[in-house]
Amino acid sequence: MATKLRARTHRRISPTSESRLVQWILIGIAFVFMAIILLMPLYAVFHEALAKGLNTFFAALVEKDAQAAIRLTLLVAAIAVPLNVVFGLAASWAIAKFEFKGKAFLITLIDLPFSVSPVISGLVYVLLFGAGSFLGPFLKSYGIEVLFALPGIVLATIFVTFPFVARELIPLMQDQGTGDEEAALSLGANGWQTFWRVTLPNIKWGLLYGVLLCNARAMGEFGAVAVVSGKIRGQTTTMPLQVEMLYNEYNATAAFALASLLALLALVTLVLKSALEWRYGDEIAASGK
Amino acid sequence: MEVRVANVRKEFDRFPALHDVSLDIRSGELIALLGPSGSGKTTLLRLIAGLEMPTAGKIFFGDTDASEKTVQERNIGFVFQHYALFRHMTILENVSFGLKVRPRSSRPPAGEIRRRAMELLDLVQLSGLEKRYPNQLSGGQRQRVALARALAIEPAVLLLDEPFGALDAQVRRELRKWLREIHDRTGHTTVFVTHDQEEALELSDRLCVMSQGKIEQVGTPDTVYDHPSSPFVFGFIGESSELPVTVENNELWIGGRAIGVPAGDTPTGQSRLFFRPHDVDLVEGDAALAGVVTTSRRVGGTRRVELEIGGDGHRVEIDLPFDHPAGEKSRIAFRPRRWTLFPA
Repeated sequence: MATKLRARTHRRISPTSESRLVQWILIGIAFVFMAIILLMPLYAVFHEALAKGLNTFFAALVEKDAQAAIRLTLLVAAIAVPLNVVFGLAASWAIAKFEFKGKAFLITLIDLPFSVSPVISGLVYVLLFGAGSFLGPFLKSYGIEVLFALPGIVLATIFVTFPFVARELIPLMQDQGTGDEEAALSLGANGWQTFWRVTLPNIKWGLLYGVLLCNARAMGEFGAVAVVSGKIRGQTTTMPLQVEMLYNEYNATAAFALASLLALLALVTLVLKSALEWRYGDEIAASGK
Repeated sequence: MEVRVANVRKEFDRFPALHDVSLDIRSGELIALLGPSGSGKTTLLRLIAGLEMPTAGKIFFGDTDASEKTVQERNIGFVFQHYALFRHMTILENVSFGLKVRPRSSRPPAGEIRRRAMELLDLVQLSGLEKRYPNQLSGGQRQRVALARALAIEPAVLLLDEPFGALDAQVRRELRKWLREIHDRTGHTTVFVTHDQEEALELSDRLCVMSQGKIEQVGTPDTVYDHPSSPFVFGFIGESSELPVTVENNELWIGGRAIGVPAGDTPTGQSRLFFRPHDVDLVEGDAALAGVVTTSRRVGGTRRVELEIGGDGHRVEIDLPFDHPAGEKSRIAFRPRRWTLFPA
């Protein structure tokens, strides 16, 4: 017994830590994996986009259909993201601050878009608003086109991106509880004042993360939008759809030029997030995020 | 401001938290709601605040019925156990919050708000920290900010929910004294919830002992400590020892022996004897409570021994001088100096 104990005394690293070698191997695997899966494709996109020089690159971006695709993508995001912010706030408020029947079911529903293939989400809207459905012809008689038009694209995008804000806020709001709100009310604040001055500042960082992720996904969504858009060039093609169409037409440079714009958006999102974390690190830590 | 709680009942999802509770709180007094967890003390406090609404019954502030009023309209100051300070605001902004959210017609000018907030920070001895954020302060400092914030709106009643519950023992004692001083200086009617009987006894003018959603006893600390009205109160306030006894010939008997304690006007029959462990006399002779020491522990300046009385395994605790030679198995005879009998 005594000898067994003595044999261990030479180990000087903490019991929860691994040896140097194991540490380096794990870190190495992580980096190599990142390089192959993330960095190489990113490099390939920019390389291919700039292969025929900057002039061709910019020409591809200012082309009429490309411009239409960029405008449509921005418009869809500008509608879908604010709506999802409102929905996400309402849902996480309800889930975190009230007790009601069907709460667990609501949480499951919020996760549904994550677990359903985007193509299925698109098809659901085709079934709902298509020519053979009840709603489609009804709305059409009032002159409202949903399928193969902006409303359909927006609906599909909202469906696919709605968990992002809610998922970010629910744990944060549950963690914070209702103490601050009760304090504000006891000090005489009304509901709006409590929301704007106490609740919203408490969750602003979580909300911002949610919005950034939601926005990135809204602009990049392909599957669901592809099904409902009808891919009418210059009218219902978003950036990801346009990229695919250009690529299928063997116009690689134009396809990658547009793709690089999307990739740039992802990079900007990432940089923005890191910059915020760096600049407001203390405050984010203090807000319990 | 007087507060009158009249026949209030509160149920959560059909589970009763308070049964028909009535309590008169006098203007300017410092009253403690004391009880174990689940006794309904916090529920009662939140009902007075308007953070919960009663299932039945009414709550009056002075002569006005406050039952139907919202928490904002009641103008109360509430201090939470976990401070609930606004973490994204400085200390000064926290204290000014209640004044800043007032409607324009009753809101003081910005300069005045700042002056009042600084005055309050001075009162709670935190001048110079007004630019800090809550997470830069210690627990004791945070709770003082919370109190200043509650006082800023000049509340009709000040309500504190386990205000010192999250603090360590040393800071608790300091803040206790300090809260008493603040109360004496400002004169607010103050209700505070605690499960710490020492805190309640030391701090309050009167205390209201609660158990299982009912009020057991209301009185001054002396009355409640010296004349507990029920076995629960005797057991909950201060240390206590309990023994089943028989009353016969106006005397108390245990296991067929008289113990030299008169029964007063307690009727003949079974009864329960309560006394305080420190309130006993060691005696020589027959007519006394005698027992065998089972355990003996040194507690600060005294020695607490557990005695087994008689043959049927009843145990009581008494306090002896710390240098008393009693060891395990030794025999000790004593008589309580003061005691209370409750029906069996």
